Amino acid sequence: MEHVFNYLIFPGFLFTAFAGILASWIDRKVTARVQWRVGPPFLQPLYDIVKLLGKETVIPRACSRFTFLLSPVFGLAAVTAVSTIVWKTMLWQNRGFAGDLIVVVYLLMIPSIALIVGGFASKNPIASLGASREMKLMLADELPFLIAVMVPVVQSNGAIKLDQLIAYQHTHGMVVGSISGVLALIVVIITTQAKLTLVPFDIPEAETEIMGGLEVEYSGTPLAIIKLTRMMMLFTLPMFLVLLFWGGVSFQGWSILWSILKYVFFLVLIVLIRNTNPRLRIDQAVKFLWGPVTFIGIAAVVLALMGK
Amino acid sequence: MGIKLKALTKSLWVYHLSTGSCNNCDIEILDCLTPRFDLERFGIVLVGSPRHADALLVTGNMTIKSMERAKEVYEQMPKPGVVIAIGTCALNHGVFSGSYVMPKTVDEVLPVDIYIPGCPPKPEGIIAGVAKLLALVKEKA
Ligand code: SF4
Repeated sequence: MEHVFNYLIFPGFLFTAFAGILASWIDRKVTARVQWRVGPPFLQPLYDIVKLLGKETVIPRACSRFTFLLSPVFGLAAVTAVSTIVWKTMLWQNRGFAGDLIVVVYLLMIPSIALIVGGFASKNPIASLGASREMKLMLADELPFLIAVMVPVVQSNGAIKLDQLIAYQHTHGMVVGSISGVLALIVVIITTQAKLTLVPFDIPEAETEIMGGLEVEYSGTPLAIIKLTRMMMLFTLPMFLVLLFWGGVSFQGWSILWSILKYVFFLVLIVLIRNTNPRLRIDQAVKFLWGPVTFIGIAAVVLALMGK
Repeated sequence: MGIKLKALTKSLWVYHLSTGSCNNCDIEILDCLTPRFDLERFGIVLVGSPRHADALLVTGNMTIKSMERAKEVYEQMPKPGVVIAIGTCALNHGVFSGSYVMPKTVDEVLPVDIYIPGCPPKPEGIIAGVAKLLALVKEKA
């Protein structure tokens, strides 16, 4: 019963959805300010979701209905699970299970996979193009991401449980406090950009080039689910980074403010990167992620093994 | 007013459909999205696929070739949705009236909800038109 409550309400679906909506508003507002605009009103992302829920769902004749409609739900479920695990370990001690770090890393892949499956199922050539690009991008960003995630694990002597990682950081100082930590954080922020498919890695969507790519055939409720998944990712992934590299959050007294600031720092950094870069081609992206970024990641792991 | 309709008026995603315009109206539409006018203040966003759209911005003469395509795009737009005809061409062919390649006007092909005249209409005009349409929707509901 407690698990159901945790998954559906706090800190699972409902909480993450609202936090994601807030994060998405910050994203759009900062973007607007960077472009010297006023930007959308406070509840704009919520209006978007409610509107999409109220609209007709068009299902293309050629597509396979079942896969097409179900795959967004899998993405949403995966993000919710990640958020639940991450928040439970941060809020209460000893709630994790052995190896939950690995589970979280795997679950973070599922939204992309779900989108790929949905894109192929819609049988739209543009969606297929987007799906194939997303697949390549996933292959490219997973490798440096995993290597960089190894750094906190190495530093804390092989802890693969999230609350051990937090406990280690509380006693030995933050992971970002070391050289290897800083390098790993740079790698992780770049790959986060790719995981969230934001500029410069919005190659699978590329509004101006392939018209939304993967989502081109989606409308109504499934589209709302996809958008919501994306907003929740925007909240969950930086939170996960805060946990891994910056000692997590805590809610006692004034540290609440500091915790929120940590998250907002990551979010604004991501938004600023997205607003000051042009889009890469897919081959450039793969070369970049497998070349310099992976190299920095390996260097970070080596430094961490040397205890730096 | 239902919550669905309220959300719709607060977040109108527009799809831009040119049916044979001289491209000037299209440029004025894009002007509405620039920092100077910033339609995102009202939740209006330009989308790339008619499946995501709540409003079709139709510009141009509706040539014979584009008649069928325009109908198809309209049917692809999930309902409820609105059609906005922009520019004198879309209203009554304007300077091109009498041409043999355009037997019908936009409103004879698509159910137009609001007309915005001008050759081309100013961005202020387009914004005023959309605001009137939203007021109309709110009144009817
Ligand atoms: S109304 Fe004028 S500006 Fe607009 S498409 Fe027609 S001729 Fe061009």
